[in-house]
Amino acid sequence: MKIMINGSPTETQAETLDAVLEELGFGDAKVATAVNEDFVSAAQRGQVALAPGDRVEIVTPRQGG
Amino acid sequence: MQLYGTEIASRLMLGTAQYPSPSVLAEAFRRSGAGIATVSVRREASGARAGAAFWDLVRDLDVTLLPNTAGCHSVREAVTTAQMARELFDTPWIKLEVIGHADTLQPDPFGLVEAARVLTDEGFKVFPYTTEDVVLAGRLLDAGCEVLMPWGAPIGTGLGLTNIYGLRTLRAQFPEVPMVVDAGLGLPSQAAMAMEMGFDAVLLNTAVAKAGDPAAMAEGFAHAVEAGRLAFGADPMEPRDMAAPSTPLIGKAFLE
Repeated sequence: MKIMINGSPTETQAETLDAVLEELGFGDAKVATAVNEDFVSAAQRGQVALAPGDRVEIVTPRQGG
Repeated sequence: MQLYGTEIASRLMLGTAQYPSPSVLAEAFRRSGAGIATVSVRREASGARAGAAFWDLVRDLDVTLLPNTAGCHSVREAVTTAQMARELFDTPWIKLEVIGHADTLQPDPFGLVEAARVLTDEGFKVFPYTTEDVVLAGRLLDAGCEVLMPWGAPIGTGLGLTNIYGLRTLRAQFPEVPMVVDAGLGLPSQAAMAMEMGFDAVLLNTAVAKAGDPAAMAEGFAHAVEAGRLAFGADPMEPRDMAAPSTPLIGKAFLE
């Protein structure tokens, strides 16, 4: 199915958020996630089933003012 | 200085963005003596390690981290960003930005209060980036904020304190609330002025990061903040219109 990852259309075989992260190669990287503008904690990622068109955000620590 | 019950040694807070290199950032922090660093969360591409590299850098700074919601224009966006930041940085502290105007980056006062209430209810310790408006300040305190961060001038302008009257009024209205002048400072003298007015701390980024010598400018701000705080506590003299000789006239020789 096709979902949006950080604003880009992406084809995935994964059915859950943690599987998407694994598929994309994030592995054990320090990331935070949201699906369709709602925060999904690391502990919840395995329970979040994805549907076509879902918007996934994957963020990491970055410079800020 | 205590912020949400945490003792912070330095009254200078420094941003981590826009430095020419990670080593310049680290040197600027070292010479600033800043106790708090602001940070953000941003999208990461698969395979990239930008987040990990930055995380390693800020951990070595040995400062308290204050994540922000920079660039958020809606309550929902700000709340979700804050939730992601809390997990990433493992802190309930959040510098809350809800921007209402693209050109001035002026806070959206209505969204700011609503987001502050939501986040406070979720256990966040909210540092709202706000204006000098006293009514808005009261609403933010009602929403659960225990610190206020009024702007000096729009972010990144370096204009200094553009509404002295408003800031003075805000400071006087809520004397017990810790207040940090956040944004718009360009020179150490402007930071000193904020501290002389009784503000508890200043937060800046661009003024240091975009200086020709960021580390020297960081140290300059550190001295200014210290000087301004000392002056505030020293009960400054009242200004007057007419001259008053400082050297005693008694005993002056008559020389014609």
